[in-house]
Amino acid sequence: MLEIRDLHVEIGEREVLHDLSLSIGKGETHVLMGPNGSGKSTLLMTIMGFSQYHVTHGEIHFDGEEITHLPIHERARRGIGMMFQRPPTISGLSLGKLLAATAGGGDEMVLDLARKVNMDRFLSRDINKGFSGGEIKRSEMLQLMIQRPSFVMLDEPESGVDLENISLIGHTIGQLLDKDVHIVNRKHCGLIITHTGHILDYLDADRGHVMCDGEIKCHGNPREILKEIKTRGYRECLECRQD
Amino acid sequence: MPAGLNVPGISGEDQERIAQSGIDLSRANRCGSYLQMDQDVVHATCKEEGIEVLPYGVAVARYAWLNDYAWNLVPRDKDEITAYVAGQDRPVGYVIIAKKGSKNVLPLQACLFLGRETIQHVHNIVIAEEGAELHLISGCASGSHVGLGGAHYGVSEFYLKDGARISFTMIHTWGEEIEVYPRSAAVLGRDAVFLSNYVCMKPVKKVQMYPAAHLTGENSVARFSSIVIGLPGSHLDLGSRAILAARGASAELVTRAITKGGTIISRGHILGSAEGTRGHLECKGLILKDGRIYAIPEIEGTVVGTELSHEAAVGRIAQEEIEYLMARGLDEETATATIIRGFLDVRISGLPAALQEQIDASIDSADRSGF
Ligand SMILES: Nc1ncnc2c1ncn2[C@@H]1O[C@H](COP(=O)(O)OP(=O)(O)O)[C@@H](O)[C@H]1O
Ligand SMILES: [Mg+2]
Repeated sequence: MLEIRDLHVEIGEREVLHDLSLSIGKGETHVLMGPNGSGKSTLLMTIMGFSQYHVTHGEIHFDGEEITHLPIHERARRGIGMMFQRPPTISGLSLGKLLAATAGGGDEMVLDLARKVNMDRFLSRDINKGFSGGEIKRSEMLQLMIQRPSFVMLDEPESGVDLENISLIGHTIGQLLDKDVHIVNRKHCGLIITHTGHILDYLDADRGHVMCDGEIKCHGNPREILKEIKTRGYRECLECRQD
Repeated sequence: MPAGLNVPGISGEDQERIAQSGIDLSRANRCGSYLQMDQDVVHATCKEEGIEVLPYGVAVARYAWLNDYAWNLVPRDKDEITAYVAGQDRPVGYVIIAKKGSKNVLPLQACLFLGRETIQHVHNIVIAEEGAELHLISGCASGSHVGLGGAHYGVSEFYLKDGARISFTMIHTWGEEIEVYPRSAAVLGRDAVFLSNYVCMKPVKKVQMYPAAHLTGENSVARFSSIVIGLPGSHLDLGSRAILAARGASAELVTRAITKGGTIISRGHILGSAEGTRGHLECKGLILKDGRIYAIPEIEGTVVGTELSHEAAVGRIAQEEIEYLMARGLDEETATATIIRGFLDVRISGLPAALQEQIDASIDSADRSGF
């Protein structure tokens, strides 16, 4: 579904991702871990196509088509969706209006979904203005539920979310990723950045990757990698692979 | 259902321009109407109990006491414009008197239409007596064929007695050759509330105005909101002033300005000269095409216990915001228009829904024709 080959990405003058390759098959969910500043968010933003992130080498393919230089909205329309870690505030644009613009009508459906993530009271508020960490996550989830992407990218979906809401978010992500559909029929796939791994309590991930200094240094079973990181820390975890 | 407003001798296109200025020609959603074409008063009625709408000449002949109001807030010799209006043998304009305790649910509308290449002069007096609540929309438009130029000189004086509320919403649909010089002032009694809203989404050669509110009553409130687009060839020199002269008085002056090549000067002045007063001035400007937005916010305090602030920003739409919406599937143009629409969306608390809708409709029409 998603195929990344030899990707080099610069922000400003600085290369942040070096020679990165990654492949995610239909119906698969992958987890991306790695220390702060290692380039995880950069990878997601590059896949989405943000203008600050310059691909200097390599290719991104989605659903058999090269999308390396497609505009953002074209990628979104092909089924790529993302939950932002720090989305911008837009004054005067309410969450409800944005949802209506993306849903193309269907106020009932919007309200229904908003209730599911306890965001119905936020529909008339300016998008992200004064939203708490957890409210941002729920607002992002709601936007994705309406967008229904076939490839879902989530940037630390559990950070800043309290225990009660984490199960709400976890279950919603599960639905976005077709986790209620039998594995052979599952069409949606995902890439999730997580530090804590809490999100793995709500959905099974098929594969894990550890990123360090702009490269993916290690692949494997996500739970095992997480356990390793938890007991030994990133440094040792990465060192074990370097020789 | 009232009979529609009869606008003699103007084209369908011009009727549309009048409608775009917020004038409901069917009169279904208005409690009364005043219509002036050039110097002719075509219509002046109001069916709301306790609210009188009179042509200026009729009003001053009927009520000698109006002499205490006329030219009391705006000095005759303030400038050339006021001197011109004051020098007229036959002053024309509207006088609106909202009696003690009266209240209109449907707004009152005043339409000033400039149909010929001339100077239209207007003198208006609006009085809201104790506890009265008056909502007024003023639609100003010129005929599409007034090609060689024309001007509108308008003096307006607003008197708000104790506990009175006035909302005044002015929507301009002038033409590229028209110059407009409103000269307005308001005086507010105790607990009075004055909301003044200005919307200009259409081209005009020049608008120059700097209305003032004198908050002389304790706990009175003034709120000025301006939503304007400066199109190529337009020169908009706009401002508003609040003088906080009584304890507890407060004012908020809010401007949203977009230039697409025109010049917008956004002035503002708040003077806090009494204890417990508060004032805030906010001007946000977007430059979509090279033009000029010049914000000149002034705040001036003279006593302990006045709190004044201002916030001004001029710039472009953040790329990050556009891309956020693009990530939800909107193309760049739609994303940009959506953000601009939001930028112009100033919610005015205390404004009747019908008037907020009128403001929204005016912005939507600019949106549809492409920001
Ligand atoms: N907009 C930006 N401008 C400059 N540097 C950036 C920007 N975004 C990220 N970086 C830098 O790129 C590196 C990778 O950042 P990021 O992808 O956010 O890491 P992670 O998500 O793994 O914590 C960091 O060194 C960070 O400082
Ligand atoms: Mg990050």
